[in-house]
Amino acid sequence: MLSSRSRFLLPFRALGQYTLLLVHAFSALGEFKTYRKNLFDQMVRIGIDSIPIVSMAAAFSGAVMTVQTAYQLVSPFIPKTVIGAVVAPSMILELAVVVTGFILAGRVGARIAAELGTMRVTEQIDALEAMGLNSVSYLVVPRVLAGMVMLPVLYVIAAFVGIVSGILVANLGGFLSTGEFLQGARQFFKPFDPIFGVIKAFVFGFVITSISCYKGYFTQGGAEGVGRSTTQAAVLSCVYILVADLVLAVLLL
Amino acid sequence: MIRVEHLYKSFDDRPVLVDVSLEIRDGETLAIIGRSGSGKSVLMKHLIGLLKPDRGRVLVDGVDINAISYEELRRIRRQFGVLFQSGALFDSMNAFENVAFPLRTFTNLSEEEIRRRVQACLELVQLPDVGPKMPDELSGGMKKRVALARAIALEPRYIIYDEPTTGLDPETANAIDELIRDLNHRLNVTGIMVTHDMHSVLSVADRVAFLYQGRMHWVGTIDELHRSDDPILLAFVKASEYQIGASIPRSA
Repeated sequence: MLSSRSRFLLPFRALGQYTLLLVHAFSALGEFKTYRKNLFDQMVRIGIDSIPIVSMAAAFSGAVMTVQTAYQLVSPFIPKTVIGAVVAPSMILELAVVVTGFILAGRVGARIAAELGTMRVTEQIDALEAMGLNSVSYLVVPRVLAGMVMLPVLYVIAAFVGIVSGILVANLGGFLSTGEFLQGARQFFKPFDPIFGVIKAFVFGFVITSISCYKGYFTQGGAEGVGRSTTQAAVLSCVYILVADLVLAVLLL
Repeated sequence: MIRVEHLYKSFDDRPVLVDVSLEIRDGETLAIIGRSGSGKSVLMKHLIGLLKPDRGRVLVDGVDINAISYEELRRIRRQFGVLFQSGALFDSMNAFENVAFPLRTFTNLSEEEIRRRVQACLELVQLPDVGPKMPDELSGGMKKRVALARAIALEPRYIIYDEPTTGLDPETANAIDELIRDLNHRLNVTGIMVTHDMHSVLSVADRVAFLYQGRMHWVGTIDELHRSDDPILLAFVKASEYQIGASIPRSA
């Protein structure tokens, strides 16, 4: 049992440990030879392998949003182009990136924590260190970098697929034509919107992979510990995606 | 030579190592023995800097490994080969890739030279044909032997064996003991064996260090162990079902 003092200090200890891991990872950025191969592997596993599920989620989000906006804004006083003006910026600013973030938190965050957690409890991380290898450079750096590079790519795909899906549903449902949708989309389009989306995706990529690496890397307590780390990685990633989303909106919009 | 000087280590205010001092001489095989929870593995992790002591020093060839940079520590670690209790084979790589990993990471050898070296290491541990097998296709004893092949791939000066025979059947355990003895002799390395298996100790070690309740209770040669009348040491030896002086085969 932990004393009440230890329990009180636990969050501070975790924050300190997380910060130290990131400092260690940052200082290992120069060891490109150590993580080069892993970086490309992780870019494929985090990015390329996530394209189908992210595209599917984005397609449904765009479609549902179009149908619901059409349903809510049916009025002779509101031009149909408003549907495009609502759906496209929403996808670009918020929906595409948050949906991508949540999917990656479950799909990638849990996998990273389970992988590193298993390596920790089976002494594979100790074995790397004992050989004289920088385990943070070998395991953490490529995963975090791959997340930061691939999340923006996935976001662009998700935003594109979401808008295209919205246009398709608008046409198929007879709500408005492609021309009307695009006219509305252009009406309130600000060039900063996609840039803001890319910034958010970049930050979410960092949040998901760094939290998951931290949870996995410091796993304790055998198979049960791996299960705990995996769950915490997915849940905390989702929570901090929401926090980061709000902070970035307040800071940058 | 490795010197441990007045080492203290606690976890959550619970002392695990208390004023532990020890000298490991070049070329010898030292067994660190003690009951489960006596601090053997914690002491072992201090020898390669995987744990930092609360107080005290660990000197490898005169260098305090806790007073140097991480880069320097990593260079020192490359002089060690470690056989972990579970083997700690990388489960995403097959046996060949596991043994090749340190060679690919730390040397500029060609793939052909690496292949030859890996094959030689696998032959040394008497597993010449397991290269393509994944770790989960290997038995416990085979995993340890492949892990041993990986540990010796870079021709280390020191080899640490963490509970090398734990969890193995008596026959396989004897084979591992024999292998360790053979490797120490052939490669002329300094061996550090952490174990509670007295059969291993008596067949492999030159000297014995007995940890008891986190303290270094007794250190001596095998001959001195045979002559010792220390009650705590004798109780441990007796509990391990090995009678000193008698030649009782290893039991399961």
